[in-house]
Order: sequence, then structure tokens, then C-alpha cells
Amino acid sequence: MAEIEEEDFMYDYEESDDEEDEDEEGDFVSDGLLREDSVPSGSKLKAEWQTLSPDQLSKKMFEIVDDVNAVFQLPTPHVRILLTACKWDKEKLMERYYAGDQEALFREAHLIHPKKRNPNPVIVVRAQSTSTCGAAASSKQEYICDICMMSYSTDHMMGLECGHLFCRPCWNNYLTVMVMSQGRAQTLSCPATSCDIVVDEATVLELLTDGEVRKKYQYLITNSFVQDHPLLKWCPSPGCCNALLASNNVEHEPVSCSCGHSFCFKCSRDPHEPILCTYLSKWLKKCDDDSETSNWIHVNTKECPKCSATIEKNGGCNHMICCNNSCKAEFCWVCLGPWEPHGTSWYNCNRYNESDAKSARDAQMGSRAALERYLFYCNRYMNHLRSSKMEAKLYEMVHEKMKELQQLGMSWVEIQFMKKAVDVLCLCRQTLMYTYVFAYYLKKNNHMLIFEDNQSDLEIATELLSEYLEREITSVSLDQLKIQVQDKSKYCEARRKVLLEHVYEGYDQDFWDFTEL
Amino acid sequence: MAGLPKRILKETQRLLTDPVQGINATPDEQNARYFHVVVAGPKDSPFEGGTFKLELFLPEEYPMAPPKVRFMTKIYHPNIDKLGRICLDILKDKWSPALQIRTVLLSIQALLSAPNPDDPLANDVADAWKTNEHLAIQTGEESFLYMYFIFTSLLYFTRFCLLFNNFS
Ligand SMILES: [Zn+2]
Ligand SMILES: [Zn+2]
Ligand SMILES: [Zn+2]
Ligand SMILES: [Zn+2]
Repeated sequence: MAEIEEEDFMYDYEESDDEEDEDEEGDFVSDGLLREDSVPSGSKLKAEWQTLSPDQLSKKMFEIVDDVNAVFQLPTPHVRILLTACKWDKEKLMERYYAGDQEALFREAHLIHPKKRNPNPVIVVRAQSTSTCGAAASSKQEYICDICMMSYSTDHMMGLECGHLFCRPCWNNYLTVMVMSQGRAQTLSCPATSCDIVVDEATVLELLTDGEVRKKYQYLITNSFVQDHPLLKWCPSPGCCNALLASNNVEHEPVSCSCGHSFCFKCSRDPHEPILCTYLSKWLKKCDDDSETSNWIHVNTKECPKCSATIEKNGGCNHMICCNNSCKAEFCWVCLGPWEPHGTSWYNCNRYNESDAKSARDAQMGSRAALERYLFYCNRYMNHLRSSKMEAKLYEMVHEKMKELQQLGMSWVEIQFMKKAVDVLCLCRQTLMYTYVFAYYLKKNNHMLIFEDNQSDLEIATELLSEYLEREITSVSLDQLKIQVQDKSKYCEARRKVLLEHVYEGYDQDFWDFTEL
Repeated sequence: MAGLPKRILKETQRLLTDPVQGINATPDEQNARYFHVVVAGPKDSPFEGGTFKLELFLPEEYPMAPPKVRFMTKIYHPNIDKLGRICLDILKDKWSPALQIRTVLLSIQALLSAPNPDDPLANDVADAWKTNEHLAIQTGEESFLYMYFIFTSLLYFTRFCLLFNNFS
């Protein structure tokens, strides 16, 4: 998650008790998710999303709270805590509130049920002390705070509905430590021993005096709203404070923030169509530890016992002759001892038993085939990865070309086709890159053959487009160049669409066979 | 003792004037935040008759952060490791600033009476405890020491065998 300026998360908490007080709608429309169509992508897009600024985000939070509260008529902070306990699923909360075990719901949310609640909420003032350790009150109006062990008059004491009273300075101290050093906000509980009643934000904000701590607390609350809500995600772009709210059916399609950054909604990584997040994770881990390659080298090559040259075994016979011409040592592949004592038993090493040697050879064969397959896909993946790292250079090059075209008499509007073409090129390369990860985890079937055809079509089209973009500009072919580039880029887009639609169809109809994770 | 919170002074005072049965806690002469503690092995526990030395330190953040407590005497207990570190929820995530030195020491005493083999720091001890608890409690400290002896001998014997195997 991106580092976010906490100042952006200030919101005014309304302490008013009249819950019916309708919030002005403002400029933010909650229903009817906006479709961002700036992103070229597969046409089968079903998911929709909208970007929320930090301001809109807290508005959204209170909107949901108010929605529920229009029905519940409870203190606003408690409704927010109940919603958190239900992962911000309004319907689920309504159902549990009206049809389920209400007391269990409140217990789970670490709240006191309204029926068991003291009639005067938030500040509990009672005739006798209710503190856990039985610290006796010295007079009717004096209490001993269990944290600082000082006695105070009732109006200096403060407690939640559980009735555990502490002095204000201790509360402030406790909340500050919890917020600043433990980063707790949503899970702040009463400081009394084994009391898990949640401290609601109205109380927290009333008790906290330091501005920095209050800011941090409010940021943490907003952050937990985003993290707990299944349809909200922070934009992972560094420095961007927006969050994205998606519609229910967000699946494989990437989303894009109003800051211009596109990402996978599920895993927050860069868009990785058509491969699923789980397989991508596995792939990245595999590439990371590179264990396959080293494993293969370990199994399939040995060092000559005499000159240490690396020797790869390429036949079934154990009688090895070092390929280093100045060495030519003869040794046994299995035991690495000199060949001479093995005599004429070319296929057996008389120091190890034969079945062991054979199973070791079989393992070597399997490992080699698997490695070759891996290297095939990995090389192609890496190739596209390298190209994608050159994107900035490509844009620069095209930018120069666009200037050249302008000098040759084309207008600014006319030359935008070049930039559009580079966008398409980059997108196609990104997709191609992940098609090799997809193919690596795929088991052979008829659909895989179709997929591979689509893949190679897109490869060819993309390469052609790239060639056209790099061509020298001569004024004679100016119009022709524009037409060709536009044609190629439209063709690429179409091929990419075909490929992705086929993959999604396979996900929907379950015709892809994946190797187990 | 400059800057020592009133609460620590009060707690110390009460520990000295009104001590808990079987627990002795005295503050260090040099450092008022450091306590020398002696806990008597609780009655009807395998530790009955034994005395256990502990150290208790109140960090700067106390009471917002829990005190740091450690056994100085070696003890064979599933929730206490070789270094004397204690696995007790109130010393970690279940700490509350309303708890006191007194309540912490009482909890440690209770832990000696009722070990919790499902939340162990010393796994080997916990397993031995699970299988032999009734035996250990019936026969008191002597058999406990005996068990400890058997247990460690077995451990060293196995290690010895393993070592020996490597050479043959
Ligand atoms: Zn206090
Ligand atoms: Zn409480
Ligand atoms: Zn963004
Ligand atoms: Zn993903």
C-alpha cells in the first residue's frame, strides 16, 4: 500500500445525538457506479469501478453508516463498528440485526447490547465505583483510577458502557500509546483487564488532545475501512491517496485510478491479464528463487575429478572422458572415481548398487524435461519483460518522431495516432508476457491449441506494429505511414481482444486444465 | 528516584507493607524499576517446597506496556524456556494498564500450579508434561527432579547415539 499523507484523512466527526440528521448529498453520487472507459481492454468487461478521493472515501463511509442508521437508529459510532464486524456488508448486517441473534452480533463487534446499556451513554457516572480491581472510593464522589492510582472526583473520570472508569489523563495516555506505537484504531478496547469493549471514535476523539494523534487515528480508521471492505482497494501508485470502489463482479480485469495508474484489483500488482493472481504469484516465486535451473545443473552436470571442468552427461554410459583436451581423464559418472577399477562393466558402477544409480538417472531425465519446458516459457516471458522495461525509451523515440511529423506539416491532432499506437504496443506486449505464464501452467487440450494460435497471431501483429513505428519517416509516405500504423494498431487491438475473450470464455466455461499448484 | 511515577511508588509500597502470600518482591537499591522476586512453589504442585528467583523490570512505558519478567532459577515447566522466559498472555497481547505487579506475580504463581501444555515455549517439556502430569503431581518435587534427570539423560543418550552412528 502506498504511503499516504495522513492529513488527507481528516474528517469532522459529528457528535450530535440526533441520528436522523440527513447528510447533504454533496457532489458525490453513491449509486450507479461510473464506468471508466479510458482504458483499452478486452470487451467482456463486466466490472465497473470508481475512484474515491480521501474526502469522498470518508463521505462514503458515513453514507453507508447513515444508510443503515436510517433503519437502526443507534449511535453512529456503534453502527460503524457493527458494519466493520460484518465486513461492511449492509444486507448481512440488516439480516443479522433483525433475523439473527442480536446479542451475539453485539458481542462479536465488542459492543454492549443497547438493552444492557447504561441509559446515559459514553460518560458513565455512577454512585459506586465499578472498577475491576476493587479500588475503593474514599468518598462518594472520589474514585481511584486503576492506571495512575490517584483519586479524582467523578467528573474527571470517564468510561465506556462497560462501566470501567479511568481518569482523563490516563485515557489520553493509553489511547496515544495504542494509536501511535501500536497503530490500533479499529481494535482499541477498554483498558480494563480482560474487557474487550471497543472504544468508539466519538469517545476517542473526545479524549485525545494531540492533533497529530487524532490525525493518525482518523487515518487508521479510514485505512481499516478500505482494508475491511471487500470492494475497496487503495491505489498502489506511490503518492496517490485515492481508493477504488469496484462493483461486485470484479474478476480478472484490471482497474485504473483517476491518477492514471492501472492495476489488478485483486492483488494490486500491475495488470496481468490473462493469468490469474494465484498462478502469477507462483510464477514470480519460481522465477525468483531460480531453483529449477540450479537444480538441473546440480543433477545433470558434474565436475571432472581431475581438472574441475564442468561436464554434462549426454549418454547412458557411465564411462566418462573429460572433454577438456589437455585433461582427457577417464572416470565413472556415478562414483566419480577413476574408471580403471570398473573394468569392463560399462553400465554399472561397482561401488553403488545398480538400482540406485538407475533411479538417479531417471530423476535426472525428468528434471531435464521439466526444466526445458520451463526455460521455453521463461525465455519468452523475460523477453517481453525486458521490452516493457524499455517503454520509456520507446515513448521518447516516438515523441521525437511526432515532432518530426509536425515539422513535415501534420497537425498536433493528426499525429496523435503515433502515441495511441505506442499505447497499444505496450499493452499487447504486457498481455503477451503473461500469456507465457498462462501457457506454462496449462495442460494440453484443444483449447490450448487455439490459444497458442491466438498467441502467435498477436506476437506477429505486435512485432509488425513495432517495426512500423520504428520506420524512417520520408515525406513521400507520410499519409501512407499514418494509414499503415493505424491499421496495424487496430489489428493488434483486435487480436488482443480475441485472445483475452477466448481465455475468459475458458474461465467461465471451465475448459482450461491447469497443472496443480 | 527522580521522575518515578506515583503509581510505581504506590505499588512498591503496597508490595512491601501488604505482601502476597508466597511471593516476595523487593525493589533494587540502585534501580527502583527493577525488582528481585522470590516465588515459593505452590502447594499441591510439583514445585511445592521449591523457591524460585525471578527478576521483574518496569519499562519506561509502564503501565502502558507490561513489565518484563524472567525466571532466574532453572525450572522444568512447559511454559518457561531455558532462558527463564515466560509464556503468559497478560505479559504480551492481553496486557492491560489496569494490571499491576501484584497481579502479574499472582498469575505467574498460578501458572506454576496449572501449567498450560497447549501454549508451550519449551515443546519437549510440554510433551513430557502431557504424558506424566498425574505422576508429577502425585509424587511432588523429588519425583519431579528425578523426572528431569531421566529426561535430560535420555536426551543426552540419544544425542550420543546419533553422534556414534555417524562415525560407524
Ligand atoms: Zn488515571
Ligand atoms: Zn471496560
Ligand atoms: Zn491512483
Ligand atoms: Zn492479480
